[in-house]
Amino acid sequence: MSIELVEPPHAPTDRSRDRSQPLSNLGPDETLKAGSNHLRGTIAESLLDEISAGITFPDQKLLKFHGMYQQDDRDLRDERRRQKLEPAHQFMVRVRLPGGVCTPAQWIKLDKLARAHGGETLRLTTRQTFQFHWILKRDLKATIQGLHEALLDTVAACGDDTRGVMCAVNPALSGLHAEVYNMARDASNHAAWKSGAYHEIWYGEKKVASSEGEEPFYGDTYMPRKFKIGFAIPPSNDIDVYAQDLGFIAIVKGHKLEGFNVAIGGSMGRTDGKPETYPRLASVIGYIPAARVTETIDAVMSVQRDYGDRKDRAHARFKYTIDDKGLDWIKAEIENRLGFALEAARTYAFTSNGDVLGWSESDGGRSQFTLFIENGRIANHPGLALMDALLTIARIHEGTFRLTPNQNLAIADVGREQRPVIQALLEEYGLDEQGGASAVRRNSMACVALPTCGLAMAESERYLPGLISKIEPLLAKHNLMDTPITLRMTGCPNGCSRPYNSEIGLTGRAPGKYNLYIGGGFHGHRLNKLYRENIGEAAILSALDDVLGQYAQGRRPGEHFGDFVIRAGIVPEVTEGRHFND
Amino acid sequence: MLSTARWRQDPAPGEEAGLGGGTSSVVNQDIKQAMSAKLTPAQLAQLEVFAKTLDREQALWVSGYFAGLAAGAGGLTAVGAGPQDETAPATAAITILYGSETGNSTGLARDFASRVQAAGGQARAGGMGRCKGRALEEDRFLLVITRTHGRGGPPQSALNFFEFIEGRKAPKLPGLSFSVLALGDSTYEKYCEAGKRLDRRLEELGATRLAPRIDCDVDYEAPAVQWMAALEPLLPKELRKDTGAPVSVAVRAAALPAAPQFDKRHPFDAPVIENLVLTGRGSSKETRHVELSLAESGLVYTPGDALGLFPRNDPELVEAILSHTGLSGDAPVSRKGGETSLAAALASDFEIVAATPRFLESWAALSDAADLRRLAAPENAAERNAYLHQHHVIDIVRDFPVPGLTVEDFVPGLRPLQPRLYSIASSLAAAPDEVHLTVATVRYELRGEPRGGVASGHVSSRAAPDTTLPVYVQDNPHFRLPSDDAPIVMIGAGTGVAPYRAFLQEREARGATGKSWLFFGERNFRSDFLYQIEWQDHLKSGLLTRMDVAFSRDRAEKTYVQHKLKERAADLYAWLEEGAHLYVCGDAAHMAPDVHAALLSVLQDQGHLGPEAAEEYLRTLQRDHRYQRDVY
Repeated sequence: MSIELVEPPHAPTDRSRDRSQPLSNLGPDETLKAGSNHLRGTIAESLLDEISAGITFPDQKLLKFHGMYQQDDRDLRDERRRQKLEPAHQFMVRVRLPGGVCTPAQWIKLDKLARAHGGETLRLTTRQTFQFHWILKRDLKATIQGLHEALLDTVAACGDDTRGVMCAVNPALSGLHAEVYNMARDASNHAAWKSGAYHEIWYGEKKVASSEGEEPFYGDTYMPRKFKIGFAIPPSNDIDVYAQDLGFIAIVKGHKLEGFNVAIGGSMGRTDGKPETYPRLASVIGYIPAARVTETIDAVMSVQRDYGDRKDRAHARFKYTIDDKGLDWIKAEIENRLGFALEAARTYAFTSNGDVLGWSESDGGRSQFTLFIENGRIANHPGLALMDALLTIARIHEGTFRLTPNQNLAIADVGREQRPVIQALLEEYGLDEQGGASAVRRNSMACVALPTCGLAMAESERYLPGLISKIEPLLAKHNLMDTPITLRMTGCPNGCSRPYNSEIGLTGRAPGKYNLYIGGGFHGHRLNKLYRENIGEAAILSALDDVLGQYAQGRRPGEHFGDFVIRAGIVPEVTEGRHFND
Repeated sequence: MLSTARWRQDPAPGEEAGLGGGTSSVVNQDIKQAMSAKLTPAQLAQLEVFAKTLDREQALWVSGYFAGLAAGAGGLTAVGAGPQDETAPATAAITILYGSETGNSTGLARDFASRVQAAGGQARAGGMGRCKGRALEEDRFLLVITRTHGRGGPPQSALNFFEFIEGRKAPKLPGLSFSVLALGDSTYEKYCEAGKRLDRRLEELGATRLAPRIDCDVDYEAPAVQWMAALEPLLPKELRKDTGAPVSVAVRAAALPAAPQFDKRHPFDAPVIENLVLTGRGSSKETRHVELSLAESGLVYTPGDALGLFPRNDPELVEAILSHTGLSGDAPVSRKGGETSLAAALASDFEIVAATPRFLESWAALSDAADLRRLAAPENAAERNAYLHQHHVIDIVRDFPVPGLTVEDFVPGLRPLQPRLYSIASSLAAAPDEVHLTVATVRYELRGEPRGGVASGHVSSRAAPDTTLPVYVQDNPHFRLPSDDAPIVMIGAGTGVAPYRAFLQEREARGATGKSWLFFGERNFRSDFLYQIEWQDHLKSGLLTRMDVAFSRDRAEKTYVQHKLKERAADLYAWLEEGAHLYVCGDAAHMAPDVHAALLSVLQDQGHLGPEAAEEYLRTLQRDHRYQRDVY
């Protein structure tokens, strides 16, 4: 892949905000990246500073590329300020785990590191990976080196790069899963940044001179913003392919993978009070044969790399590049770089973006158990030793684990002989029944938010379970306990748990206050619409009681909640992201 | 304008006015008797000394003077009492600055201040050592009384002031009128040199000489009075109200109340402004930051000084002791200054936590318990000490009850409650009218019961904001900042970091240019990094040049400050060679000797010195006041 700028033959476009400009014309992050010596910055020095548990502000930004965020315990922030202590700095460490697949040996290592350095907890994320929280600066190297021993790393898990590459969990077809998963893993390895910074800082390796430059694809300034890639296998849209910057929708004939429809420009993040920011669902622009995946990634990413807005980070995601330049122009530019035209998109059908919980059969006599894990939090809770249970299972499990995009966990590739052993362990730890949870709870997701996330404006993970306990009586009243409805909550408008394409979305505005959105598509195919703004719990429950009541009364057979509220005219349909705020 | 904030020092504790007694030929015995009923002994002594210096004409003049003062419109005010009215005209404000070695200058300065105040003017006497030099810019009248150190230099306590006023940072003082009274000893070559230097320097700074300098030999009283008398007509009119009916000296002088001088014998009830826990959640200890108000106390201090604190005992312990002895809390107890109840005395006057050998002996006699009698025997000192380590007063009275005990039996065995000293953690320059302390709460278990330190327990449990703590300033002349350009290396563990907070606040206020390096040690980084944000800010601003920390309980291998000293040996040695002043504050039993040993090893390694030469190096530093310790 060349990093030279190629002028598209089809039409000139405004280049005043992209990387063709000198750094002085672009945002400060571009200068920071360019001056970072390919993501080294002064991270190594910051790690040695004993006066603070944190690192310098520029290094915090660079560290994201290394998969780590400096955070602090926000519950203690005020208290510690009064105590003349700096915030309780600690780090979130996000593992690069393409497709969410990990081996039992890796699980055991992750468990050990979490117990040693990570506050005895692990978080399964909405992008199928593990997050450690509460890791102190002085334990970062030990953590990263520990991951290295298990052949894991954290490269590009955050930052202006590819982020984690997702892949459908697909319980039914293990062969197909293996094939697509391999592509996701290859895509991640291919698209992750290449600088020697990671090996030098974390593994203590010597800098190696390279003739061709450290970042043949990214250059000095990487991407304008994060860039998310995912592979979906219909009929499950568990990865929420429409929320990806670049989504691949597997087209399968029989049990054989043929190729992918390509979807571009999905993204959740928005900012309250800034109507020019909006969530956008990805647009399907065509079809490619399976062999063309890598070059398609290069072509699409390079278009965004070259044309993305580098002046304003709130306007730097691919979705805005597409809407600014026009989808046709972007598609033409992608085709220009590919050197061939995309075929017309093939037909496909999604039915859900949720998980099938419990035991399910796979081909070849294998099976898997998908365990509902509320908000992805793995810890030894009072009365539920979840972390111990999973460690015990990992010690005897012969297949793999698959982290689902809904923050659940699949114990996958279980052989016939193993299944009763695992079943017995699940029973021993009380995990065999899915606990009588309502269908809404099983289809719910919350981001981490307080106390560790620096962006959170309101509670999310710590609040949603209790809120659902108050929604469940309403569901019971309206006889909807077994009706799946997607409910997603975030502590801020950035959208980590993908709230804007759920049937019920709640995004934090202030402590105890949320925006309430309804009308998203059940399998993630439609954005929802703001229904009530900045309301507290009582108003949330009252509004939901009302609309759930109408749904229970007026729904057609098989009609999903999100579809109903639009048909009933409770909220208008959002057809395109840029109309989200209308 | 004058305010308490301008001063860093009250007359040094322990310095007496230096005015002798003796019988007066002028004031007859009858009047003297009458006066002694009205005047404090100090006032009487002052008056006698003053009177001795008067001839007949002067005596008459003075009697008229005092009468005039008394007749003036309510003009007699408390000497140095309270803050002066900020809106009063500046012309009435007189600053009297003294540099004292033995207290003579102090006495004269206070004396003169009393005279001016009695005349309705505002005057404030203060030590040079702690005068904020810049405040002189605001002054109209400055009277300087200074002793000269034996070899011709200023008094020790005035070194900083001299450095400032003779240095490049001294302000121009065109609006100032001044006069100098120089005290000295004519047997020395440089007689009254310090006074001469100031007299010359104030003129150089543009100030106007109000009256010529007067140099006094060891018999200074008479010329001092001459100086004052010469000055009085030159001071502003407001200070010279006269006329009115003559009133006898005795009667009028009695109306002059004594200045409230707070000291160890008369502690100031300082209001608590702030009392918070510095150690974060999960700490293995509790260390507090306490801020007290000194407003209206006149108390001032220099960074390096300590604050004496009179704690009160835990009321629950008082109750327990009363209950186990069967004594009534209402029982009267006599003590210095009158009668009080036993409960009040146990709370405030007596040490009732730790038992002393005296108490053991007393209780052995009262209880006639064989075990105690044996322990009390002179030959069992070691065993007794061990026992007293494990048994408090409450344990002894509980284990060996004495039926029919009386207050008169019990109280003599108790030791008076002693004040506790805490290194001051603030500078008046940064926190005017305040004093800050860093207090580690002492808590432990003894015989299965939670116990605590007397003072730290009081601070921790019963010193909420708006309560008061009785305090006084304890001068600590051997722990002082050097000149502003000298590098300093500060080594402290735990609460030993307190004076360094004061040092840096002071250096910041002074615009000091010298480099600084802080070594700090505690148990855990996350919870015990005392004043972490402040050090970070100082590092950022450059006020603090370097900082090294040692946290002993974060890792398997324990790291203490002495390890950090050795780790930084090369740089540390370079700093010492550049003239750095070394400070060590904190635990005397372990930290200080360990640090001393580490310093020796640094000197041996880096200076290629033998053990003896390294010791000599440190001894030289000590002699030059470049190695100062405040350990406890």
